[in-house]
Amino acid sequence: MEYFLEGLRVTVLTSLIALLCSFILGTIIAVMRIAPIKPLNWLGSIYVEFIRNIPVLVVVFFTYLAGSFSGMVAGTIGLTIYTAAFISEAIRAGILSVPKGQMEAARSTGLCYGQAMRLIILPQAIKIVIPPLGNQFLNLVKNSSLLAVVAGGDLMYQGDLISAMTYVTFDTYIFVALFYLVLTIPLSIGVGYLEKRLARSN
Amino acid sequence: MDFLQPFADVYTLDHIKFLLEGFWVTLKVAAISIVLSFIIGGLIGTLRYTKIPVVTQLLTAIVEIIRNLPLLLIIFFTYFALPEIGIEMKITTAAIAALTVFESAMISEIIRSGLNSIEKGQIEAARASGLNYTQTLRYIVLPQALRRMVPPLVSQFISLLKDTCLAVVIALPDLLHNGQIIYAQKESYVIPVMVMVSLMYFIVNYILSLVARRLEIKQS
Repeated sequence: MEYFLEGLRVTVLTSLIALLCSFILGTIIAVMRIAPIKPLNWLGSIYVEFIRNIPVLVVVFFTYLAGSFSGMVAGTIGLTIYTAAFISEAIRAGILSVPKGQMEAARSTGLCYGQAMRLIILPQAIKIVIPPLGNQFLNLVKNSSLLAVVAGGDLMYQGDLISAMTYVTFDTYIFVALFYLVLTIPLSIGVGYLEKRLARSN
Repeated sequence: MDFLQPFADVYTLDHIKFLLEGFWVTLKVAAISIVLSFIIGGLIGTLRYTKIPVVTQLLTAIVEIIRNLPLLLIIFFTYFALPEIGIEMKITTAAIAALTVFESAMISEIIRSGLNSIEKGQIEAARASGLNYTQTLRYIVLPQALRRMVPPLVSQFISLLKDTCLAVVIALPDLLHNGQIIYAQKESYVIPVMVMVSLMYFIVNYILSLVARRLEIKQS
């Protein structure tokens, strides 16, 4: 039981840290792709297209083997790199959904591009971004199980440890599954609720 | 140019051939899984759409549970836990079974929402013109819904192709697994191998994502 709780702690912690970091990174990349500077657009697009089309496990292995991090840190970095690509897509869609006139009006009142983006566009975009963001968080919790492959000490990893020690695999994995469901089912219900509310408000 | 030496050592004809062999396994497993999960997912999605009491609720519950579990857990479960209750599978079979279970749940969701996206008025009109329920489903709802489902189905195939590499944990000899064998020889091989492996995944998935995008534009 202690093992499970420790695993649960690591899973929740790494998911939250990775969510926060990939939200920041994703916002930067989304703005890069929209900003009126061509090389930045290309850089952002290459990042998103490349990362989105390779398996997350490859990313996690890469951060684990190429750097000298512990499994947990490498896993969190890998998850952040991967999730940021998806979050940046969601944020970009949100920014593009804000009418162009808003940016023009903000610029004409004397705000610079960065200020207009930060103070006028992003706050409006966030409403549309929240449901897909919730979805990404759900995926993140599930993907954090990959930490088990790089000895990250998460729920899945602890489950493996216990099943290896006790030779009781079936029950252990059912137990691990229940722990994941406790985390993911409320999340998915919450996301569904937010999506419905957004659909109604439009 | 010392740091380029590992790249030159890794990118030999033999290694590339070995990696491509792994990629072939990846593609085969992914292709079999997608066909199976399309059939099973299609069936489940349609059953959930038709709203048969009990059956629909039961299927919805199962789909929700599977969708909310990590695929890695399902793979571990299939390969390590099922033998405990007497179901033993070879690695490839276990990988295909686990992927099929997971992807069927995902695909059933796509099928169901595709069917639901057809306006009620169409069904009422079809019924009013004398078609029975099955005919309405077959001639009116399905042809329209299928067209709407194609882009998300292609995206789902992309994520299946990416997810196949999770089967390295049960030693399926796929692309990532063969990559691991190569870089196990020497520490400096890690980066070149991982770059090559990522590129291989990227090329195929990128082409598929372009196809998905083209289809989406065509529809709207």
